[in-house]
Amino acid sequence: MRDLGIDVLFKGSNMLRLLEGLWVSMRISLISVVISMVLGLLVGALMTRKSKVVKWFTRIYLEIVRVMPQMVLLFIVFFGTTRVFGWNIEAEKAAIIVFSFWGTAEMADLVRGALISIPVHQYESAAALGMTELQTYVHVIIPQTLRRLIPLSINLVTRMIKTTSLVMLIGVVEVLKVGQQIIEANRTSSPNAAFGVYATVFLLYFIACWPISMLSRYLERKWC
Amino acid sequence: MIMSWEIMRAYLPLYAKALLLVLKIGWIGIALAILIGVGCSMIRHFKIPVLQRLVSVYIELFRNTPLLVQLFFLYFGLPKLGLDIDAEVCGALGLALLGGAYMAEAFRSGLEAVEPIQMESALSLGMSRRQAFLHVVLPQAISISVPAFVANIIFLIKETSVFSAISLMDLMFTAKDLIGLYYKTGECLTLLVIFYLIILLPVSIVGSLVERRLRYAGFGD
Repeated sequence: MRDLGIDVLFKGSNMLRLLEGLWVSMRISLISVVISMVLGLLVGALMTRKSKVVKWFTRIYLEIVRVMPQMVLLFIVFFGTTRVFGWNIEAEKAAIIVFSFWGTAEMADLVRGALISIPVHQYESAAALGMTELQTYVHVIIPQTLRRLIPLSINLVTRMIKTTSLVMLIGVVEVLKVGQQIIEANRTSSPNAAFGVYATVFLLYFIACWPISMLSRYLERKWC
Repeated sequence: MIMSWEIMRAYLPLYAKALLLVLKIGWIGIALAILIGVGCSMIRHFKIPVLQRLVSVYIELFRNTPLLVQLFFLYFGLPKLGLDIDAEVCGALGLALLGGAYMAEAFRSGLEAVEPIQMESALSLGMSRRQAFLHVVLPQAISISVPAFVANIIFLIKETSVFSAISLMDLMFTAKDLIGLYYKTGECLTLLVIFYLIILLPVSIVGSLVERRLRYAGFGD
């Protein structure tokens, strides 16, 4: 049988290094997700306001994020700001800025969708029962919104993890880059390492994202 | 910083070439993705044994991994098994496989959203199963899944921005290359944004027009 180059992973600390690389991407996505969720809730709530100015601003913001590839945004923040403003942002920080900018828009859109999906009669019934506006939100609207929101925002986490693989292209040493280094280092001893290593990276991403996707789907079925 | 139009004009042909490459690979990849997606969702809809299992595994695998990793595996990994794939073919294939998995899910939820009563009514009118599926269920399923298809197409075009990693001279590659050579960062990035807008704005606008035009399924919404 042909050598699949999987043995490389068991040499020295190679597997551990790959996992460390994966953690780098995970860290970036977790930080970005937390920032996106907090800001997304605010922006999303803002978007349901009637003000024209707010509507236009958020509309333009969403449209930019919808149309521009995250890779382009990464380049702008990573290369562009250095040149134009003389800032020297580390690749990892640039990635967190871009992914939070992107994630906030996605999250805000989800929040807006969840908020407007609550029928008006829910507000009216609450008012008819004599609830104040605060009570209406705390006891009636927010619990229903959360049920619709949680599965979708968990899904955003997997998308964030997948998108962070892009940071490799601005020079962050994450799992794919570590894989490349391992392959380079073992070029002579196991020439087929590229297959084994990249297959492993593929599976690592799958193992990281799949359970989260399943959880999101399960909750969606249960609650929506 | 002041942009130089001269420089931007000088770079234009390079970007135009890259644009054509993105369009070429993107269009082939997306067309294949739709075919794969529709095929897979049919297999799942009609519950064809064995194939159904395989399709589920494929969809889960490709929906839960990033395109960049898939491309690395296809482009650098597979040749070690003797499967040498040309970079352009690899790009289109990667996009098709990723897109296929997303399109399959989108189309399946369209098919699922058509109420069983539609099928039953068609059958009671004397249509054969095939007729009922083709003339009653399918058109409704398509119109329901169009928004998801449009979103997926935009997503896939955006995903093409990682092609530079397998040394395809796409827009990102051109921009990075020129920045590295001449340090005209501002001009290069501006052109990059403009060229992506040239591709994506029309798709986005046409997409929302088609969505509005096809919104005939689902009464009373």
